Amino acid sequence: MGTAAATTPAAAADAGAGAIPKSRFDAIPLLLVAAVALVAWPFVGSTSTWLTLTVAGLSIGMVIFITASGLTLVFGLMDVLNFGHGTFIAIGAFIATTVFAAMSDWSASPDLVRNLIAVACAMAVAMALAGAIGWAFERVLVRPVYGQHLKQILVTMGGLIIGEEIIKMIWGPAQIPLPPPEALKGSLFFGNANVDKLRVLGVVVGAIVLVALLWALNRTKIGLLIRAGVQDVEMVESLGYRIRRLFVGVFVAGSALAGLGGCLWAMIRQIVVPQIGGEVNVLIFIVIIIGGLGSTLGCFVGALLVGLMTNYTGFLAPKAAMFSSIGLMVAILLWRPQGLYPVSSR
Amino acid sequence: MLLGRNGAGKTTTLRTIMGLWAASAGSVVFDGARIGGPGAAGDPAKGKRGTPDIAQLGIAYVPENMGIFADLTVSENMLLAARGARQLDALDGKRLEWIFGLFPALKKFWLYPAGKLSGGQKQMLAIARAIVEPRRLLLIDEPSKGLAPAIVQNLIAALRELKSTDTTVLLVEQNFAMAKALGDTVAVMDDGRIVHRGAMAELAADEGLQQRLLGLSLAAHQ
Repeated sequence: MGTAAATTPAAAADAGAGAIPKSRFDAIPLLLVAAVALVAWPFVGSTSTWLTLTVAGLSIGMVIFITASGLTLVFGLMDVLNFGHGTFIAIGAFIATTVFAAMSDWSASPDLVRNLIAVACAMAVAMALAGAIGWAFERVLVRPVYGQHLKQILVTMGGLIIGEEIIKMIWGPAQIPLPPPEALKGSLFFGNANVDKLRVLGVVVGAIVLVALLWALNRTKIGLLIRAGVQDVEMVESLGYRIRRLFVGVFVAGSALAGLGGCLWAMIRQIVVPQIGGEVNVLIFIVIIIGGLGSTLGCFVGALLVGLMTNYTGFLAPKAAMFSSIGLMVAILLWRPQGLYPVSSR
Repeated sequence: MLLGRNGAGKTTTLRTIMGLWAASAGSVVFDGARIGGPGAAGDPAKGKRGTPDIAQLGIAYVPENMGIFADLTVSENMLLAARGARQLDALDGKRLEWIFGLFPALKKFWLYPAGKLSGGQKQMLAIARAIVEPRRLLLIDEPSKGLAPAIVQNLIAALRELKSTDTTVLLVEQNFAMAKALGDTVAVMDDGRIVHRGAMAELAADEGLQQRLLGLSLAAHQ
């Protein structure tokens, strides 16, 4: 992944003669993340504030990446625009409130291990339920509208609205506070910079998901099938694989990851509203468009960029914060119209 | 060997056999069993492509655009085509050596992204991918398209060796020289129908017939 964009098409030699140029890894988008952080430094002024903002931005970026990674694969693999992805995020967030309430002894205990067990339980239940609902969502809403973008947008948008209303029926329309577990309250201090412990948790979980995803995509046969399917579904079927089944698996896994992301999102925000799905939806669509539809690495870099950008502008010019990620998307599409890491041979 | 002018329906025929496009009438029969046509299991017209099942019968397809996964390496392309293998070291080593013998470039560029190969090498990869495991029928769509004459000679040699195995090859060609070098029997299509069927040698020897069926003279293709 992400290797094809770097070099110009090789002036390839014919069979056996000469060597073709080695493909280089395209590091420019990754450097862009560092560049955004460095450019923001003098504007922010104080180094400790800058460090706090940067870590916070990276962590929110990681959480956005977790939620968006499934969406980009679903689009890449089956050309399905799923605007209902936010539903799974919202479910993850609300499940977190329920599990924390049920395990209040564990989350209120000052013991870090007991806290982490509560967090792990919340994540596991959120993933399981979001995955199960994702499976039903694919069956009922998405399957009848394969290949029809306009209907996909309308139907999945409808799914998002229905999901939100069902959540209001179960958990009520009011916002629900989600106090962090006792030992995860407060901040860690690195010199003068303070970093929320929960955000560190976000970075750690995000890193685990990234490594697991990259391993599955690059080292397993199923990952190989997914990467090939993103490029050419017809050819994968011609090789004898039932891609429809694979797609359902990816859809369920993507929904589960969205549930995990929603769970983390709720813990970092410490408050859950029924509209969370629609709100995050906009962000993750911006992220996967920036990254290049279908690209996991692009989704990761795009999420980090959006996370950093919203945090810096939120601090420097709060009124422009909403605009910043859209502005970022416009700028990147002017530079690379296919996104940071375009998926080739579509 | 399937010949015919542009737009005669050769590619459509291959894609219909593969179950990628729906047939409006008739049926596709493979080894005595009906695998395509209206009402067959996995008719694309009903929204369910039977392509994977058709492939699992032992039919491999090399489309005109070669269908190479450009972002994947040559080895990954090959691994994907081997349905029985989960890892690279599970590929049948002896068969792989045989394929490397047919297409040495693939061994050389084994770990390169397939998108970086030249047109001829991509075509070789596409064919190698189709034969990484034993197959009963190979559908190949215009392999000589856009290739330099020397490469076409390589390809002819490789396909000739392939023919000597148990695999049946259904080749669509515009390049008459290649068709002549490889074909045993030939069918000529025009306007979606087969207008001539016979031995390749017979067609190759009869310039008048070529002129009438294909609108070409052999001289123009040498």
